[in-house]
This record gives sequence, C-alpha cells and structure tokens, in this order.
Amino acid sequence: MTLASPAAPAAAAAPSSALALEKIKVAFPERSGQLFVAVEGVNLTVADGEFVAIVGPTGCGKSTLLNIAAGLMAPSAGLCRAAGAPVTGLNRQAGYLFQSDALMPWKTAIENVAIGLEVRGRPRSEARAEAASWLSRVGLGAFLDRYPHQLSGGQRKRVGLAQVLILHPRLLLMDEPFGPLDAQTRALMGELLLDLWSADRKAVLFVTHDLEEAIALADRVVIMSAGPRSTIIADHKVPLSRPRDITESRHLPGFIETHKAIWQQLKREVLRAYADAPG
Amino acid sequence: MPQGRSRLLLLTLQILVGLGGLLAWHLLTTAPVFGGKPLLDPFFFSTPLDVLARTYKDFASGVVWRHLGITLLETVLAFVIGAAGGIVIGFWFARRALLAAVMDPYVKAANALPRVVLAPIFALWFGLGIWSKVALGVTLVFFIVFFNVYQGVKEVSPSVLANARMLGMNDRQLLRHVYLPSAMSWVFSSLHTSVGFALVGAVVGEYLGSAAGLGYRIAQAEGVFDVTGVFSGMLILAMFVIVIDSFVSLAEAHLLKWRPRETTATATAQG
Repeated sequence: MTLASPAAPAAAAAPSSALALEKIKVAFPERSGQLFVAVEGVNLTVADGEFVAIVGPTGCGKSTLLNIAAGLMAPSAGLCRAAGAPVTGLNRQAGYLFQSDALMPWKTAIENVAIGLEVRGRPRSEARAEAASWLSRVGLGAFLDRYPHQLSGGQRKRVGLAQVLILHPRLLLMDEPFGPLDAQTRALMGELLLDLWSADRKAVLFVTHDLEEAIALADRVVIMSAGPRSTIIADHKVPLSRPRDITESRHLPGFIETHKAIWQQLKREVLRAYADAPG
Repeated sequence: MPQGRSRLLLLTLQILVGLGGLLAWHLLTTAPVFGGKPLLDPFFFSTPLDVLARTYKDFASGVVWRHLGITLLETVLAFVIGAAGGIVIGFWFARRALLAAVMDPYVKAANALPRVVLAPIFALWFGLGIWSKVALGVTLVFFIVFFNVYQGVKEVSPSVLANARMLGMNDRQLLRHVYLPSAMSWVFSSLHTSVGFALVGAVVGEYLGSAAGLGYRIAQAEGVFDVTGVFSGMLILAMFVIVIDSFVSLAEAHLLKWRPRETTATATAQG
C-alpha cells in the first residue's frame, strides 16, 4: 500500500509500523509496599493506516497502554516504538483524543483547534483559517466563537477531534472518546470519524468498552484479559469491507460472527473482572 | 414580562426597607415623647436629615473629593501591588513543591496575624502619607491572591494539561496557555474580596494616622464628638464601595465570559 518514495529511502528499506509495543509491563508501587502489576507482556503493533480497537473489562489497563503509546507514561519494562524509533518522552507522532473533556475552557472552539498550529510557530491568521476549515469539516462551522461550556457533549468531542486531526498525526490514540455520549450521538460520531479517517488513513488505536463500536469501526479488534497482569489474549480481524455504513454493517453476517466469537472470549474476562472486584 | 415585574417589585421592597429604617431613625431622634425630649439624643445619634444635609454640603463645597481621590489611589495601589506579588509568589510556590512545603508554616503564621497591629509599624516605616496605607492594603490583598493563584495552578485539570502537552506545548507555552488562565480565573473570581480588602487596608490605615482620606475624615469627626460627621463619612464610604464594586462586577463579567454562569455566581457569593 505504501509507495517507496525516493524521499524516504530508510522507511522503504525497513517498513516500520506506526506503533509497536514490545513486551510492555506496567507496575505501580502500592501503599503496602508491594508492586501492583497492571499489564504485563503486551505485544501489539499498529501498521500505518490500520484501525485497531482494544476491548476489555474495566480496569484491565487499556488506558494505561494508550498513555504508554502517547509517551505520557513510561513502561516499567518493555519498549514502545513509534515508526521504528523508541519513544522517549512524549510521542511526537501521536495525537490523543481523551475520554474526559480536555479542551481549554478559556479558549473558544476556534482557538482550541488553532492552538496546536500556533505553538508550532504558524502565523496566527493562517492557523485560525485552517482551524475554521477543520471545524466546518466536523460540522461546527457555525460555532467557531463558542466557549466549550456553550457546546453540547457531542460538539465538544467534535472540537477535540478537529484539535487533534489538524496536526496530521501519524498515529491517532483514542480513549473511549465517545463513552459519555448518548447512543445516537455515538453512532453519528463514529460515522464522522470513519469519514475523516478514510480521507488520509492514519493509524488508529481506539480503546472502547463497546464491542459493537469496536467491530463497526476497526480493522482489527484486540481483547485484553481482566487485570491485574492483564495482557492481550486474542486478536480478531474484522471481515468487513470499507467504506462501511456503521448502522447497516451491524446486520451483515461477518459482523454477527465476529461479534459472537469475540464476545465468547470477552464475556469470560468480564465475569472474572466482576468476581475479582473488591466489595 | 414576569421577570421585569419581579425585579421592579424587589427594587420597591429594597427602597421601602431603606426608607423604613431612615423613618424610624428620624422619629426616634426628633419626635418628642414624655416631657418634650426624643427617645434618642441627636447629639449621640444625629438625625438622617442632618447627615444628608452634611453629606450634600461636603460634596457641593468640594471638600470631600480630595479625600475620595486619596482613598481611591491607595486602594488601587494596594490592589495592584498586592495582586502582582500574589501572582508571582503564588506561581513560584506552586511550581516548587519543596519551597512551598518549607515556607508553609510561615505563610500561615503571617496570614493569621491581624493586620491592624501592623499599622503603627507601617506608619513608622513609611510615614503618615499614602504609602503606609498602601502597605497595609498590600498585606491583605497579597494573601488572597496568593492562595488563589496557588490553588489555580495546582488544580489545573490533569486531562487539559495532558492534552496541551500532546498538542506540542513546551513549558513556557503551558504556562501561558494553561497555568496562567487557570490561575487568573481563580484570581478574578475572588476580585470582589481582594478589592474590598484593599479598601479596608486604606481606610483603616487612614483612620489610625494620616492627614487625608475618608478614614481620616471619620477619625477627625469622632475626635470632636461630631456624630453627624461620622455618619456622613460612613455614608460616603458606603456609596464609594458600591460604585467600586459595580466596576468590579463589570470587569469580572468581561474577564470570565468563558465561564458557565452558575460557577461565576457561586464564586461571587463566596466573595
């Protein structure tokens, strides 16, 4: 799929994935002095242009993996590579769409979207013009000067998406981005995401607790076991073609079979997580 | 327009309460009971009409403007210097955990000290001019702003911070686009309190030793048992505070326009 251009001979010689996690282990010291091992032995690669979803029971360390991929957190053991190079400090090739509201509340929608370009030294007027065009691409062309508190939850997510995509990250990390939204808004946001993604396929690592969302959006669905010491226990290819219609694809036989296969494994982990939960 | 009507009703009731109070004061100090003397002696309690007449006279003759100007200047200087100090030190402490921990007991002790006891020392150090009053106001404003900035920097939402870093901000840009706006929102929402304390510092300082200002006028009137003068001074002070406070409200509405309404309202109520 990638054409070897003369400008990037190194990349052509050694085709590298957008993200590679190698034997990742994350442990936190507990108050009792013992180590709590959240995840252990995680190997995962996301190729350029690939959309990978991670599903797993709550508390299995899905968000921890994203933080490691983003470079916000260093693994206790193992290695995280971005486009072949080990990540030290922040992963400059990654964009991160957070689960909670992460827009700066003191900036308007357009200021929030333009800020990433402005801190990279682009002239303000140019950054604003590009931000305005991104906001209209996510359907918020009429809300440029609204502050986050004047927008609905779904609109804030759209601003967040524009804020990340305007920087053209090679890898897009998403942590249950549509979790707090209602079902209809989620479906619309999913369609918007696929629409924007298909324009210039970036690598996506998408964490969700919603299996249907994962299958409808992703090329591959990865299952994590219940924590502690959770790890990847299965990796399913989604046999659906693109472009997809999210609401329609739910009724296709490929979707239903994949759902059944993944749910059998996932259910066991979810039940284990419940059984182990304190209280 | 039901809202307009209830507002009119509220205003009417507010005026009625004021008039009722003034009327009671008037009757108690002028209406003769038992043997021709009023219940309250006007020498000790003055009368509302005398106070209004004196206030009108002071404004008309222009005596009071100079004193108002001096008190205003002291208030503004105390606020600006105290706020600037509070912002700088607040930021510094919030970013240096060890420094904050070491200084913690001293900051608490200094803040617990009743500032009135400092007034004579400031008069010794800075003389009887405006600077001893400014110094007193600064010691009050500084701590309010300091604590708010400290809190504002500490309480930046972790996800906003992580997001800003992922968007590529360096430390200086984080300071400008994340920490400073967050801290300033805390400072602005305590604006009523800090401006009020700047005024308290100025007036108390004038009261305890000075040659001009509203506090000086009240102290002078008390010195010669001129109760009408004392009440007139208090009336002018009250009007002054209301005018300043409405300017603060305007500034606040402008500076915090990105905030949801409820938050601003609660913050105002606290102030």
